[in-house]
Amino acid sequence: MASLIPGSLTEHNKELGSKADRPPISQALTPDQIRKPRSLWSDAWSRLLRNPAAVTGGLIVILLIVVSIAAPYIAPYDPIALNLGDSLAPPSLKHLAGTDVHGRDIFSRILYGTGISLRIGFLGMSLGCLLGVTLGVVSGYYGGWLDMLIMRLVDIQLAFPGLLLAICVVTIIGPGLDNVIVAVGIFSIPGFARVMRGQMLSLKEQDYILAARMIGANDRRIMIQHLLPNSLAPLLVLASLRIATAIIAAATLSFLGLGAQPPIPEWGAMLTDGRQYLAIAPYVATTPGVAILITVLSFNLLGDGLRDALDPRLRVD
Amino acid sequence: MTRYFIRRLLFIIPTLLGVSIIVFLIRYLIPGDPARLVAGPDATLQDVEIIRAEYGLDRPLPVQYVSWLGNLMHGDLGRSTRMHRPVTEELGRAIPATIELTLAAIVIAVLVGMGAGIIAGVRRNSIFDYSSMVVALLGVCTPPFWLGLMLMLVFAVKLDLFPTVGRGGVDHLILPAVTLGVQAMAIIARVTRSSMLEVLNMDYIRTAYAKGLTAHAVIIRHAVKNAFIPVITVIGLEFGYLLAGAVVTETVFAYPGLGWLLVQSIAFRDYPVVQGALLLLAFQFAFVNLLVDVIYGFLDPRISYGTQ
Repeated sequence: MASLIPGSLTEHNKELGSKADRPPISQALTPDQIRKPRSLWSDAWSRLLRNPAAVTGGLIVILLIVVSIAAPYIAPYDPIALNLGDSLAPPSLKHLAGTDVHGRDIFSRILYGTGISLRIGFLGMSLGCLLGVTLGVVSGYYGGWLDMLIMRLVDIQLAFPGLLLAICVVTIIGPGLDNVIVAVGIFSIPGFARVMRGQMLSLKEQDYILAARMIGANDRRIMIQHLLPNSLAPLLVLASLRIATAIIAAATLSFLGLGAQPPIPEWGAMLTDGRQYLAIAPYVATTPGVAILITVLSFNLLGDGLRDALDPRLRVD
Repeated sequence: MTRYFIRRLLFIIPTLLGVSIIVFLIRYLIPGDPARLVAGPDATLQDVEIIRAEYGLDRPLPVQYVSWLGNLMHGDLGRSTRMHRPVTEELGRAIPATIELTLAAIVIAVLVGMGAGIIAGVRRNSIFDYSSMVVALLGVCTPPFWLGLMLMLVFAVKLDLFPTVGRGGVDHLILPAVTLGVQAMAIIARVTRSSMLEVLNMDYIRTAYAKGLTAHAVIIRHAVKNAFIPVITVIGLEFGYLLAGAVVTETVFAYPGLGWLLVQSIAFRDYPVVQGALLLLAFQFAFVNLLVDVIYGFLDPRISYGTQ
């Protein structure tokens, strides 16, 4: 039966249709033909699993998380201890990715750096998400002068290209890893605020919100219990894409000398070290860049896949 | 149209004021006494107080902001604490380099990005389509500073085709411009492709084919022209981001533009120059966005300006 194709339009119509125009189940379908009801999330999950690019991205993300946890156990060398006798050794079986000018094993530093980058990306994104979602919800839900004020502030923030704003923040609060998280968080705010505001504007007119209000739910309850869960899908997509942006931004700040300070094995900072030895030891600068590229790429693939899976309307072509 | 333009122009004022407040506050939010910062670490307490009075740092913050803004309007951004020259002079020296670099980057990004996007859109699902979209995805995900170093490694260090660092003739410009332009190139290619795909499905394209036009004429005269509208917004936005991206590229190639000046000034705690460079970059960004909105209005008569 064509109508049994998962997620097909006719099937949805049937589910939505009134009892009267639906044929009695016992006549129309045998019990084994009746499919278990499926939620948006399980539908999205099966769509995600059918997207090879997204699965690849997701698997690499999982691998990166495992590496970041296991780094102390699997790294062959100490990432910080100096070993000047082994300075700038080319890649070999002893040092898979060679050593830097201080004789530190680059492969071990890359492994340790995974956790640092993921942590900054995740925490920076989360900070921006928390603040941006709060602003967006308040702005979109209440509207009026509050909306006007918040959106003007967001506009002003958008007038600063993200990286400049992050540089501005780090200039004020000083360099360092924790400050990079704050900087990355602040520059992620406008994206989240805008998406949530848009969501609020369209969702708050829905019937179920009217219903919730009629049974006496207050604003807070409507926002947290009804509007927020229904905005989770676009939020999840934006979050996974913003982690990628946050990781690149953090590495950029470190590269400019405004983020992680030596001897922390942060990928962007490792690149700065490698820059001076580009002519004699190109592998010092090459590997951290590949690590950043793979990490950012996998989060982007996962994010694009999530977008396609959660909201097929947003799919490009 | 004129009313829309004026409204849009007025709209930019609160934004610019907001930016100027943030930039103004940098001096006061950084730890330490601004007067001590100007006077230097060796100055006596008395000297610091003299400087405080001379620079008006003893007045209330809003008063200081207004007078700072007034000076700004007259093109006075203070003096560099490192170079002991007016900030505007420092900025003036750096601007041409950054504009040159940004323009070169956007030209490369538009030519290659749009070219690839058009071909990929016309030959959908071909090998060219797939490979150019994979390259575009990699272009978005590659950290620009690493790309710069790799280009430098291959084309300057190994092949010796270009100089590694500094500013000079066209040969100094190529590697930094490509580095800066790659991200924009990738995004322009993706947008052009999806815009082309959308336009090629339109009825008027079928009509154009039906009346016997050659594929070449249909694509150039009808499809590309209409597909260009969303692309121009992206070009404008990307041009704005290039100004920020120049900070990174100029640092990689030690290219003496605004971004290089900004990073150097942060390192030397030369805050008047930091403020000036940030202001200039943000203002340029705001005006480029304004320009894009206006051009967009000219190109697409369907947009309503909300003047009724």
